[in-house]
Amino acid sequence: MAFDYDKYLRPGKLPHIWCPGCGHGIAMKGLIRAIDACGLEKNNTAIVSGIGCASRLPGYVDFNTLHTAHGRGAAFATGVKMAKPEMTVIVVGGDGDGTAIGGNHFIHACRRNIDMTYVIFNNSIYGMTGGQFSPCTPTGALASTTVYGNPDPTFDISKLAIGAGATFVARTTSFHATQIDKLIVEGIQHKGMAVIEVLDDCPTTYGRRNKFRSVIDMMKKLKDNAVPVAAAAKMTAEQLEGKFLTGVLFKEERPEYTEQYAKVIAKAKGA
Amino acid sequence: MAKKVALLQGNEACAQGALYAGCTFFGGYPITPSTEVAEVLSIELPKIGGKFIQMEDEIGAMASVIGASLTGAKVLTATSGPGVSLKQELIGYACIAEVPCVIINVMRGGPSTGMPTGPGQSDVQQAKWGTHGDHAAIALVPSSCQEIFSETVRAFNLAEKYRMPVQVLYDEIVGHSRERIEFPEPGDLEVIDREAPSVSPEKYKPFDPSFGDVPPLAAFGTDYRFHVTGLNKAADGFPTTKANLVDDEQRRQVRKVDAATDIESNEEYLTEDAEVIIFAYGSTSRSARYAVNEMRKEGIKVGLFRPITLWPFPEKRIAALAKQAKAIVVAEMNLGQMVLEVERVAKGACQISFLGRVDGDPINPGQIMEKVKEVK
Repeated sequence: MAFDYDKYLRPGKLPHIWCPGCGHGIAMKGLIRAIDACGLEKNNTAIVSGIGCASRLPGYVDFNTLHTAHGRGAAFATGVKMAKPEMTVIVVGGDGDGTAIGGNHFIHACRRNIDMTYVIFNNSIYGMTGGQFSPCTPTGALASTTVYGNPDPTFDISKLAIGAGATFVARTTSFHATQIDKLIVEGIQHKGMAVIEVLDDCPTTYGRRNKFRSVIDMMKKLKDNAVPVAAAAKMTAEQLEGKFLTGVLFKEERPEYTEQYAKVIAKAKGA
Repeated sequence: MAKKVALLQGNEACAQGALYAGCTFFGGYPITPSTEVAEVLSIELPKIGGKFIQMEDEIGAMASVIGASLTGAKVLTATSGPGVSLKQELIGYACIAEVPCVIINVMRGGPSTGMPTGPGQSDVQQAKWGTHGDHAAIALVPSSCQEIFSETVRAFNLAEKYRMPVQVLYDEIVGHSRERIEFPEPGDLEVIDREAPSVSPEKYKPFDPSFGDVPPLAAFGTDYRFHVTGLNKAADGFPTTKANLVDDEQRRQVRKVDAATDIESNEEYLTEDAEVIIFAYGSTSRSARYAVNEMRKEGIKVGLFRPITLWPFPEKRIAALAKQAKAIVVAEMNLGQMVLEVERVAKGACQISFLGRVDGDPINPGQIMEKVKEVK
């Protein structure tokens, strides 16, 4: 039987704003399947976002949803989780939202290891504002503000998350649709800050400027360059040139923030 | 039974007032001269099972309190000028999304880093106009340790009742002075909680105007699932660009404060027969009161108007006093901010004279007496 997405979508809120060929819809479906697989209760789940194309997701899904200000999703989510640790908190957003204007909130949520799942849709561009370069736009690529080629180096979001202290970090792509929900499930079930980077594409503002002739070409790039972690272990540095790893990149057990704070409460109460 | 008394710093009184009001969540970032509010709450909140979090920056602190408030908590953040400037983005968010929260601004000089350990009163127009867009604003300006306690309680009440951010502004002098405070017993001061929805979850709309200008607010993690956004939205909380819906929402959100009659709060001292009225708030009002007493001894008919609610501005009362008096002397630690409001409201009915100071020292009674005698 086909999966019933309608169970989690708010009636009357579609069509979504995403362009034909955008990977965000694939990522949203993965998120919904993951929530279903985890058996999360709608009333007990909050989905929080910032601003941008990906950040419009909360409006479509039937949970406690919080569409905040640009880059602030993780900080709002921290408030929700601290105040009600029994809730499952999921943050969604794009690469510009999460790593540029929201970079500080992102790294500190990782550092605290607060129990939330941050699904970051990395299409390597500011799509909603019309295709300006983001911290994840490849060096040399064309964007509306880098018509001579992007001079900026790029962030590796997963490395950033690991370096900042997230205790579950995974990466996949919109081509690897079934892997999206598997990784998000693992992220939700992990106690602590889980970051799942979903590489996808913006055909409208990135693809056209960067000579991708079709969405299929963009998907093919994701498919061809993705290397599962296990396979990468058997490859040389030369073979890995220009590729990116997919799967669970990092996982460790470390005290979770709201549990640590529960100890503060116990101590303050003189226990 | 005798009331519990203590010698407290203004910032400590603020923290105690927050606890009295039922605050269970504080999100903040260290900044002089407000840090003691955070320090006290970091100790006291966990004792009652509340939460204290020191966030990565001022914006994050504001975000955390809004997030926590949406779960039903009474929330507080405390900062000073540079922090308030950073928080403006999300103060606007709390306005449009109608999320109750209290923001303490212990005022120092400015602009920018200014004089972190000196007093100022130069954020008073910012409290009204700091965030972009049209929005209602409530700002309270206590002038003593005791009043910081009670006005912090009132700020929570107004935030909960009107579903919006409320700012409490007091200058560094009031924030750092140690004074005797008498603790109200539970029940002595009114404590208001936000109105919960009375309809079933299926019928709930977070901005439903059929419940009046302040629709009930549900909490995340209950049976009421709803959507919150900073976009212009319709009554159901979802974004819209339909002109009439946007207009209705924008006007309702301003009207809820404009039409309220229980927000204004002033103290008048010897204004009945006064020919000259001093308009002063915060620590400046205490210099002004001293000056009034001294000048009354000399037979000068002078009185003090002290706003405790600065925003919304006490328009009617100032207009009436402007008709009664020969002059209003506005004294404030800035280069002319609330004097603009006094002038606007007085509409030329009397002379308006201004005394400002921005050198990091308080306005003293002698300066005020001199100014009053000039206009006399």
